[in-house]
Amino acid sequence: MADTPLPLEVRNLTKRFGDNEVLKGLSLQAHQGDVISMIGASGSGKSTFLRCMNLLEQPNEGELIVHGESVRFKETRHGREPADWQQVVRMRAKLSMVFQSFNLWAHMTLLENVIEAPIHVLKQPRKEAIEQGRALLDRVGLLERADYYPAQMSGGQQQRGAIARALAMDPEVMLFDEPTSALDPELVGDVLKVMRDLAKEGRTMIVVTHEMAFAKDVSSQVIYLHQGLVEEAGPPAEVLGNPSSERLKQFLAPKH
Amino acid sequence: MIDLHGYGPRLLEGALVTIELGVLSLILAIILGLLTASAKMSRNRLLHGIGTLYTTIIRGVPDLVLMLLLFYGGQIGINQVTDLLYYQFDIDIFININAFVAGVVTIGLIFGAYMGETFRGAFLAVDNGQIEAARAYGMTERLMLRRIRFPLMMRHALPGLSNNWMVMLKTTALVSIIGLVDMVRVAEEAAKATHEPFTFMVPVAIIYLLIASVSEWFFSRLQKRYNVGFGEAE
Repeated sequence: MADTPLPLEVRNLTKRFGDNEVLKGLSLQAHQGDVISMIGASGSGKSTFLRCMNLLEQPNEGELIVHGESVRFKETRHGREPADWQQVVRMRAKLSMVFQSFNLWAHMTLLENVIEAPIHVLKQPRKEAIEQGRALLDRVGLLERADYYPAQMSGGQQQRGAIARALAMDPEVMLFDEPTSALDPELVGDVLKVMRDLAKEGRTMIVVTHEMAFAKDVSSQVIYLHQGLVEEAGPPAEVLGNPSSERLKQFLAPKH
Repeated sequence: MIDLHGYGPRLLEGALVTIELGVLSLILAIILGLLTASAKMSRNRLLHGIGTLYTTIIRGVPDLVLMLLLFYGGQIGINQVTDLLYYQFDIDIFININAFVAGVVTIGLIFGAYMGETFRGAFLAVDNGQIEAARAYGMTERLMLRRIRFPLMMRHALPGLSNNWMVMLKTTALVSIIGLVDMVRVAEEAAKATHEPFTFMVPVAIIYLLIASVSEWFFSRLQKRYNVGFGEAE
């Protein structure tokens, strides 16, 4: 076993919505610097799986280990819940999420969005947070937009801003939930470029995506989910280049 | 200039009572409203039940009836308790409900129920993605409420809140029935004594309008502050 704990490990995770079992026992290991692409048809459970990783959804069973620390759960009247919310807060601060619909805080400027959690969650000094925030905005090409509100920016700019907000937490793992699905086609490229750069510099990323070119070129591992189960997983050259399952072949085939 | 037959200073005193009553009741109503909204959105069944019972009763019974019930009923209740203390434990105390306090409590209690619904609707109107982002970035529920949920909620709450305040301001005139001398009560007395109702009711109407105008200005300022980031249209 490696000496340093894995940034993120999930074991046998299941999730039910009522009688509908959407995740049927999923496991995942993210090593330092891994870029894991999760692909699959809509309804395959890939977004739900990602949302369980930072407990925006509560898994019914399974283990979640963030940087060697296992999240404790307890049974309540409302189902299984985390036993210690302080622990959840601590663990979430290590996993930044980038959402499909950006979810930048609408009442704050871009820079305020980026420094909000570092100041109030990580207790970073304000001056330092602003310095770092401006550097990150510069990096995603948005420094001149620092004082704009989200509503004054395009979708692509908002998503790059959201990535800067995620980076400001200096997270162990970045979770991307279909980051380009809500964007106009001509804006997708800018966002993907930022994500490619992050992968290159060794960020650990888990990406739910429909962008097959990204999955193929950037990932270290591709997971194909079907109806809440891993149907195929492995290096992109294998999974995408030479799929063994019939369903994945169909999924990857040109639609027209 | 209108001749107020020397009632001018008393009318102004009455106006002050109206304003004090209004502002204190507003503060109480906002606190009760936030508590009620939280209770009704809570998944704790007891809290939810209490919140629902409160809004149902208050909104279903006329303000006038509630005021009489709370003022006289409250006094009777207190008397029974003090009587009991005297006969059982030989403790001799006498508590008389202060009409001003009774007025504030009653009006605050009534409008707390309306504020509760205003705040609940406003909380529910906040985009869930904003809340999820706050949770995903490691905010505790308390921090999230303070930094994200409350400021976003206020934008939706303010139109209803200022509306409630306007209605409440005028409801304060009801307190004259429990013996509080507000502006309307003074004007009524003066009108009866001098047989000149218009001489006193017109200034009263103007003072109410004045308070309302200042409030509207104040609320539009607040509205602007909480609309930051949302553009002009909304």
